[in-house]
Amino acid sequence: MADILLSEAEKTFILHGVRDNVRNDGRSCSEFRPIELELGLVENANGSARVRLANTDVLVAVKCEIDNPPSNFPDEGKLDFFVDCSANATPQFEGKGGEQLAVELAALMSRAYQTRESFNLSTLSIIKGMKCWKLCIDVLILECGGSLIDAISMGTKAALADTKIPKVSVIGSDEGTLELELADEADGREEPLDWHHAPCLVTLNKLEDSLLVDASAEEEACCAAALIVGVSPNKKITTTSIPGHGSFLADSKIFARALNLAVDVGVKLNTALEAAIKKHQTLKPPPRGFLD
Amino acid sequence: MEVTDVNIRLACDRICLPAVSENEVQKLFTPGEDIPTCAGFMRGHGTYTEGEDLKASVAGVKEQVNKLISIKPLKSRYNGEIGDVVVGRVVEVQQKRWKIDTNARLESVLLLSSVNLPGGELRRRSSEDEKMMRKYLQEGDLISAEVMNVYQDGALSLHTRSLKYGKLSQGVLVKVFPSLIMRRKNHFHSLPNGAAVILGNNGFVWICPASGLEHQEDSGSAGGFIQDLEKEVPKADREVIARLKNCILALANSKMMLYDTSIIYAFEESMKFTITELLLPDVMVDVANLTQHRLHLDIAD
Repeated sequence: MADILLSEAEKTFILHGVRDNVRNDGRSCSEFRPIELELGLVENANGSARVRLANTDVLVAVKCEIDNPPSNFPDEGKLDFFVDCSANATPQFEGKGGEQLAVELAALMSRAYQTRESFNLSTLSIIKGMKCWKLCIDVLILECGGSLIDAISMGTKAALADTKIPKVSVIGSDEGTLELELADEADGREEPLDWHHAPCLVTLNKLEDSLLVDASAEEEACCAAALIVGVSPNKKITTTSIPGHGSFLADSKIFARALNLAVDVGVKLNTALEAAIKKHQTLKPPPRGFLD
Repeated sequence: MEVTDVNIRLACDRICLPAVSENEVQKLFTPGEDIPTCAGFMRGHGTYTEGEDLKASVAGVKEQVNKLISIKPLKSRYNGEIGDVVVGRVVEVQQKRWKIDTNARLESVLLLSSVNLPGGELRRRSSEDEKMMRKYLQEGDLISAEVMNVYQDGALSLHTRSLKYGKLSQGVLVKVFPSLIMRRKNHFHSLPNGAAVILGNNGFVWICPASGLEHQEDSGSAGGFIQDLEKEVPKADREVIARLKNCILALANSKMMLYDTSIIYAFEESMKFTITELLLPDVMVDVANLTQHRLHLDIAD
């Protein structure tokens, strides 16, 4: 992630704090910072969400396109992740600075959604072998304050929950090319997606023998290794990744402990996120946006 | 390890700030807005003229001195003044100088000749010292210093030629807007709760255990360049520091001025909440309101 400078003394302070289970902002090692969620704030997308996790700020938008299904899975649709690291987040992202991170994050997200159990791609099929929906999931990183991928995965799940796909009907075919008609948005004939099994990604940072949930940017700078685990609401692990140079495998005990902790945290995160999305869908509040 | 519940709120529940207002609300000018003028006005900082009109170039409040009209921005980088106490981070080691990030527009400089090197005031600076510079301060180190000079282009030159300044040891740095730091005679405070704070005029606030600052004063002969990385801060002190950090952020979030009294009051008012509760926005506003109330009572007395 974005590098920040820290002095040796600050690092020592963070390290000793983690040993005492009192972090710099008073949290214990397994505690998340408060999260703020907003749905449907991008008007010209099919679904959108913004997640603010303390200083980390992510905007996710979903757009639907009609595409040809992949030849090996003719009755399925497509998911396409794209991450944009805005230079607003940190000057390091200026120009091509954020490109590598963006590609890594996008690859990680598409890996987490690859299994059929986390997202059922067959719901995106329109006509088997001929037409399907492609969901373009665009992530914009507005601020980096640690635990970026956690916020992105939450935003993605919330944006998918907010997404409604217009109904399509075939009005005719002309020598193998189909003519499709999209239902008007005004008709309200739009279908929600099946998002409930989508995973949340949890980053665990290893500091000595302790595991940190939701590390701040300062804490991330101190940690030697990180483990990212995608956890679906039914306690299944959809992906794991160890970014950077650090290793988790030197001690198998800690790796097993990390996986268990990640599943526990991931389930809590999924439940809380689902509750917040439900609340939003019943309240239907007007968008607040970025001002104030 | 026990996993605590995750707190996710919706944006519609966000509290509109400011719930706290010091006195009557001043009019805010947005960039491009017309500023009412008087005959023969003079154009000050933060404004520009378009035809006959004077317009704001930054978001802020109007300040008028006789005929000079300027707009004081709400958010800005730090504009240094001679004598200010600042907290800064070393970003580069150069020939005979360190470059320090002080949240100003340009990086500040700390000359090798304006620090106290081990061995007393009158020591000559040799080429050996130049080679040893990274031993005293290296990239990432935090220092407290005083603004010695402001150059023509606005860059600051710092000095640490007093025992109270120098390298900072274990603690936490909190960043707030520079405009929120109240200018005081003293910016070093040892609080009754066992922590010490340095309120840098540049908006960098350093919180450390009280022993951290005293220790600095004792280390006279070392010129304030020693750090104790072995010593572990006790858990109780750590909790005080974490609480203090969250209180300062709560005050800054409600745009309240930071000085010793406001910080102590906020700390005392926060005692009815747990430290992690202080991260919640409604609790933060609550603490700021309670502090504001107590400060008003003080004025009334």
